[in-house]
Amino acid sequence: MSVSAWTLRHAQTLVGSLGRLVQAPLATLMTMAVIAIALALPLLLSIFLANIRAATAHWNQALDISVYMDKRASAARSQAVAQQIRSRPDVSAVRLITADEALAQFRSVSGFGNALDALHDNPLPDTLVVTPALLAAGPNDVEALKTALAALADVQTVQVDTQWVTRLQGMMEIVNRVGWLIGALLGVGIVLVIGNTVRLDILNRRAEIEVMKLVGATDGFARRPFLYSGVWYGLGGGLLALALCTAAVGLLTKPVAHLADLYDSPFRLQGFGWRGGVAVLALAVALGWLGSWLAATRHIRAIAPT
Amino acid sequence: MIRFDQVFKRYANGREALAGVSFSIEDGEMAFLTGHSGAGKSSILKLIALIERPTRGQVFIANQNTAAIKARGVPHFRRQLGVVFQDHKLLQDRPVAENVALPLIIAGLPRRDIDKRVRAALDQVGLLSKEKSLPLELSTGEQQRVGIARAVVGRPRLLIADEPTGNLDPELALDIMQLFKRFNDVGVTVVIATHDLHLIDRFAARRIPFREGRVAA
Repeated sequence: MSVSAWTLRHAQTLVGSLGRLVQAPLATLMTMAVIAIALALPLLLSIFLANIRAATAHWNQALDISVYMDKRASAARSQAVAQQIRSRPDVSAVRLITADEALAQFRSVSGFGNALDALHDNPLPDTLVVTPALLAAGPNDVEALKTALAALADVQTVQVDTQWVTRLQGMMEIVNRVGWLIGALLGVGIVLVIGNTVRLDILNRRAEIEVMKLVGATDGFARRPFLYSGVWYGLGGGLLALALCTAAVGLLTKPVAHLADLYDSPFRLQGFGWRGGVAVLALAVALGWLGSWLAATRHIRAIAPT
Repeated sequence: MIRFDQVFKRYANGREALAGVSFSIEDGEMAFLTGHSGAGKSSILKLIALIERPTRGQVFIANQNTAAIKARGVPHFRRQLGVVFQDHKLLQDRPVAENVALPLIIAGLPRRDIDKRVRAALDQVGLLSKEKSLPLELSTGEQQRVGIARAVVGRPRLLIADEPTGNLDPELALDIMQLFKRFNDVGVTVVIATHDLHLIDRFAARRIPFREGRVAA
């Protein structure tokens, strides 16, 4: 067989199998919808995770460390400590909030003005707000910096809340793993769904396959249209899944942007991008092909003319 | 062309269809396998088409021992063979021309050659005008002729038919038989299983009678 004849034959089979699927639109659509949902679930989860990661990626760096000075330390002493911290390589900025400034601020925002007047002296210490350098923004680096700051003379307390970031990252790692697990299971599900659909299709066309074998068709020849059906199921399901996810992202974009604005964050919800889309389609087609190959190879071999 | 050598066939259900059959059919010969149903005619044809394999003994087709043909080689073997079935075995959802073209499509011929040979085959069975019809739009006799066109489109050296006139009235049956005779006239070896002795009385062809799984003396 020449290459062009071979290509033409495959193209005809490809179009022919699509024609068969179109002849039973409802059944075809149902199969594709099952595949689409099975693909959309892990895809949405991965979009969700990617967005959380993007939103939290810089939180460590934005994290400030509050250093509370001993109340007995003088303003000059606080200045000196601030200068000392500023010279560290893992610190990018230090801002001194004196006890008086802190009190004024507290008075203006808390509404406890009168109560504060009753106090004889200022209960607040000087505070140094330390911003870690970008290079030293990992949870461990921040933890090390915290220890170093606490060891400085006249420093009362160092407060840093990296723990919840670490915990969040731990949780996301688990969600990520669960996502892969669900994805893998649903992938097996897709293979089985397509395999089962193709199996029924083969049983319905058993007589035709018998005739083909009687006039000299190899198993490979008889199998070919079913492989293409599987590819079409996968492609259709993949496209539907992308449509579902695009719709879901579209629905969420506005409220997420609104929420981000409330937090003064420039964060915006990200979709899967064209690379992600192509990857999903390729995966869907591959799963469709695999499912139909497994079913067709087994069931067509079992059909023997009598 | 065909040689059976002490062939036994026992099916999985225990029925012994052939009990030591030996005969041979020469190249270019036309032969009728006769006998009651269950006498073993169909089993002979199934062994020739490699639909079944002998339990014991050997079957030679065109000087080739069929035992040497493995499962992988069966499709290619069948392409050198024309087979006609009592129930036609046509694909009902495809037009006549496509049914006839099927063996050539499977063999991977270029489209141009396929069209030419399909028209030639349909012309030989007198159905050129029906190439676009669906099988169900045709009469039983016409459907059988489509089946014959499909069997000969690959230009086989050997044509086998299992009760090809079984469902036809005598006039149509004679037509079909004469069609087979015409292919035999141009050199094709033709083997037909039939129980219609009246019909084959009109043909000067060899008869191989079967009784209870043996060639009757």
